[in-house]
Amino acid sequence: MSDGVMQADQPQELEGEGKDLFSKFDDTIAMRENLLASGVEDPFSLVMEKVLSPTRAICNGRETILLGTYNYMGMTFDPDVIEAGTQALRDFGSGTTGSRVLNGTYQGHKECEDALREFYGMDHAMVFSTGYQANLGIISTIAGKGDYVVLDIDSHASIWDGCAMGNAEIVPFKHNDITAMEKRLKRIPEGAGKLVVLEGVYSMLGDVAPLKEMVKIAKDNGAMVLVDEAHSMGFIGEHGRGVVEDAGVMDDVDLIIGTFSKSVGTVGGFCVSNHPKFEIMRLMCRPYVFTASLPPSVVATAATSIRKLMDAKDKRAHLWQNSRRLHGGLTDLGFTLGTEEPQSAIVAVIMPDLEQGAAMWSALLSEGLYVNLARPPATPANMTLLRCSLCAEHSEEEVETILGMFERAGKAVGII
Amino acid sequence: MDRATVEPRIRSIIEPFNKKEVAIADATTFAGDLEFDSLTVMDFVAAIEDEFDIIISMNQQAEIESYGQLVDAVTKMVAE
Repeated sequence: MSDGVMQADQPQELEGEGKDLFSKFDDTIAMRENLLASGVEDPFSLVMEKVLSPTRAICNGRETILLGTYNYMGMTFDPDVIEAGTQALRDFGSGTTGSRVLNGTYQGHKECEDALREFYGMDHAMVFSTGYQANLGIISTIAGKGDYVVLDIDSHASIWDGCAMGNAEIVPFKHNDITAMEKRLKRIPEGAGKLVVLEGVYSMLGDVAPLKEMVKIAKDNGAMVLVDEAHSMGFIGEHGRGVVEDAGVMDDVDLIIGTFSKSVGTVGGFCVSNHPKFEIMRLMCRPYVFTASLPPSVVATAATSIRKLMDAKDKRAHLWQNSRRLHGGLTDLGFTLGTEEPQSAIVAVIMPDLEQGAAMWSALLSEGLYVNLARPPATPANMTLLRCSLCAEHSEEEVETILGMFERAGKAVGII
Repeated sequence: MDRATVEPRIRSIIEPFNKKEVAIADATTFAGDLEFDSLTVMDFVAAIEDEFDIIISMNQQAEIESYGQLVDAVTKMVAE
């Protein structure tokens, strides 16, 4: 073997001392160091030492109420779900070690897709390894060169990445602005393919899209419509099918994308559709083909959970009650929230700035409450948010306890 | 519509976005000189699109870094 092969490339030294490809992260590194120097706990390195239930865990040796998990329906410890997963683990092993289109489709994957078809009342269902990959795969595959994707500016990272991975023209519009969306659709050159991408619930502020109006305008302008229902599945709509069901537009939407990592309580993503040619996606969609399929235990827990969610009316009602109580209680305490009315199971508390937001997050954790700290650039309008996501397993008393914690922490930090 | 007609219209649209009152020339950049963040870019682009009834997709925006490039791009789009 020649020396040339064994010797690593020796790039010329870059200008400036100690500069390399990582230098572009210096500002973020400095921001993080400043924040931690103020003495707050690192909001992005929390470890759950033990998980006691969907709503309780031990963090830093303290029993903590979980109010930032997206575990909306509390399915993670459901006995039937656990049993199904355990059984599948025993019967089918720990993993598939293969792609869905090669050796990675087991009976469980088909059963999971059957459960989804039934849940949504749709003809086709395709299970991906994550929700992120579902958006990435479907959007980048169906919107190609010369096509247009019209999307809300506050769309999730997986939607943006799906746009970036494809070759379509990307046209964003102002958040939830029906007129802005319509204007853009009407300006698209005649004959071009059009995809409108919307979310049922936007996860940062917990607000809902005006789907009834938007879907109609999209269809009137000849666009296909994809709706991401990650944060509404299982909870919103009479059967928990999401905002599309609540808005009465199930039949007009071409594709629904969702995830197993929220209400379903495990991990994975999916797309359901009535499009007659939908099954070809299994061969065309690279994030579906070029990755290993979900482990048998995961699809078994997902299928069991999805079937239970069909009949979870009482849980849905209790979760709404929790959301309304938390929203009303925090408003009464003087906090500024992301929405005037509770619209979903997410209640976003707007912080004056990152420093006070981090201090408040830290104070809540000391009280024994975990919420998500969300900061730019993930947030709209550069806001710092304490994002609370409720669970159907939070008891009425727990919500009162949470409000007490917010009151004490808010006064200690000087926000209320 | 030629460049001489397009340019003053863009110049008047940019005014409320030009918070630092930077003197605007063809070489003025949006990210560097005007310090537009992503939200400002969206609002500014929307204002330009509405004024000329055009679409400037994000793919096209990626090619436009300076004021002069924007005027050229819009002039070309309205001519098409």
